[in-house]
Amino acid sequence: MTDGISFWERMGFRRVGGVADAGWGRTFVVAAVSLIYFLPVLFIIFTAIKPQALALSVPPTLSPTSLFGLIPDQFVFTPTLENFGSVFSRIMTVGGQPESTGFDRFFFNSVVIASVSVLLALIIGTLAAYGFSRYPLKGNDTYLFIILTTRMLPAIVVVIPVILMFRAVGLSGSYLGIIMLYTAFNLAFTIWMMKSFFDELATDVEDAARIDGSSEIKVFFKICLPQVIAGLAATFVFGLILTWNEFLFALLLTGPDTRTVPVAMNQAVSSGGRGTDWTLLAAIETLFLIPVFLVTFFLQEHLLRGVTFGTVRK
Amino acid sequence: MSTIEIRKLTKRFGDFVAVRDADLSVAAGEVVCLLGPSGCGKTTTLRMIAGLERATAGDVVIAGRRMNELSPEKRDVAMVFQFYALYPALTVGQNIAMPLHYEGIGSADVAARVNKVADILHLRDVLDRLPGQVSEGEKQRVAVARAIIRDPNCFLFDEPLSRLDVELRHSMRGQIKAVLSNLSKATVIVTHDQLEALTMADRIAIMRDGLIEQVGSPHDVFAKPANVFVASFIGTPQMNLIQAQFKGYGNGKAKVAFDEQDVDLSVNPAVANLKPGRLTVGIRPRAFTVVSEDTLDTIDAVAELIEPMGAETLIHARTKTGSDIRVVVPRDKRVKTGEALHLVPDPAQTHVFGEDGKAVRA
Repeated sequence: MTDGISFWERMGFRRVGGVADAGWGRTFVVAAVSLIYFLPVLFIIFTAIKPQALALSVPPTLSPTSLFGLIPDQFVFTPTLENFGSVFSRIMTVGGQPESTGFDRFFFNSVVIASVSVLLALIIGTLAAYGFSRYPLKGNDTYLFIILTTRMLPAIVVVIPVILMFRAVGLSGSYLGIIMLYTAFNLAFTIWMMKSFFDELATDVEDAARIDGSSEIKVFFKICLPQVIAGLAATFVFGLILTWNEFLFALLLTGPDTRTVPVAMNQAVSSGGRGTDWTLLAAIETLFLIPVFLVTFFLQEHLLRGVTFGTVRK
Repeated sequence: MSTIEIRKLTKRFGDFVAVRDADLSVAAGEVVCLLGPSGCGKTTTLRMIAGLERATAGDVVIAGRRMNELSPEKRDVAMVFQFYALYPALTVGQNIAMPLHYEGIGSADVAARVNKVADILHLRDVLDRLPGQVSEGEKQRVAVARAIIRDPNCFLFDEPLSRLDVELRHSMRGQIKAVLSNLSKATVIVTHDQLEALTMADRIAIMRDGLIEQVGSPHDVFAKPANVFVASFIGTPQMNLIQAQFKGYGNGKAKVAFDEQDVDLSVNPAVANLKPGRLTVGIRPRAFTVVSEDTLDTIDAVAELIEPMGAETLIHARTKTGSDIRVVVPRDKRVKTGEALHLVPDPAQTHVFGEDGKAVRA
């Protein structure tokens, strides 16, 4: 049923240009607060398209456009895409030729490692959560607590034994190693999240399906899973953001071939003792934001329902 | 044959016994209501028949086959849940068709049967809507439709009408009864509403604390309650249960004493076999006749609260020593608060329960 729904509405924008029930006053307050939260991101994006020389200029250049003369000329800069080019290829030595920085590889690594480990955790975790929720063991809560303890210690505490173990079995620097580690770390979160979603479902519906002739497998796939799609989406996005941004383990457990963007970013801007290249950093950060932004954007409908799940009774 | 039989069915949850040695058989085409207060084990019994709970002991026999170990999908029963349990992501039509999908029936055939059932239950207009978009009464009918679309061994209803308002309940009661009478399947309905049980059931099984206290026709459980609990549970307003001292029997009358009154009551002749001691006399509020002061052997009380109920008036009266007696009189019999009432019970509706709570009856 697409009649009456515009493209933008389908994309998640409701009533473009309207204020609906909230009224102009509240809409304005929300817009102002959102803008404040968005300012740092906006600043990063603007820095990414500034000429390198203007990065730290005084007075600061604030806008790529004068907004029809609204902003005085000294605050306006001419936008450039040069910085994005230098993310992937730039002159690394004085007087040398531009060479590849390997960032295409690092972005690929980040995408593969984050998505594979979060998906793996989602699959294993959802099955485990369903088990914990529907077929409780003796001492169910104790098991759940033990699972949670894996997230109680700060990463820095766990990192030394993990490094030693990875060295010993040769997992250091491999995709398999870091993916397994992230999967394990996401599992605790996934199990807890998904268990609460399964707990909220009316078991009557599952019983009805059993009576109607479903096997246990069908009850899970056809009845339960479709009801927790919102939960899957929310868990996926939260897990993805955590994993995508993870720095410490990536720094210590990935090799040159499997390096992820957060680690590479750190090395790109602080190497060579030339001080921080702010426009380059901003350009990497801008690119780094895009995948998570896209995923969140396309899952937002589910995400919103996922976050508010359980707050409204049936 | 579509029959249900449970034998010595028992369910324990840890130390708690939810159902104890329940025996019940339901013939093909018969509707049996499991009636009882909340937590008496009636839903657990139903779930054991459906296979959703494992019985701790005893047998479930459906259509002549012992089904204790079979999972619900293999028992071929249809059940309507208290909260309807519709599949939220499927439309009404898909919900109704769901049981057929597991039987591998062609889609044209499915559509025909969905339409047929939808016509019976007046759901034709809402087939394309989601369960969240239809009214409470429609949801209830969808749940019934989903149950009757197949040709199962038997039907199980768990409090099917509890979520409907009074008016809908009346009309659905009739509709369900009409639908069931055309199907000639063994049917078990769980309810805590005695009116629902009395109107829909061929027989009623009254449960308390995991025990089936009495099984009988609606007429029998009302007219011949087996014990004090059944007597107090069935009938509105509640039966008067008067603690009394039994002093002897003669000339078809029992000499009983309560509240410093000695009264000779016409009772069932089986009372003659009782030894003198404590007993409970049960008299329905409608079984009293208000008589003049000079009549012998009356129960005397003072009217304290008058509740007009339309065609009749309910009087809460109090005896000298403070026992409550409920009396229902016709509307035209005017009684004022504070008025002294002299009551004679109808012998046919006077029940005597022994010290163990069981009815004394020949």
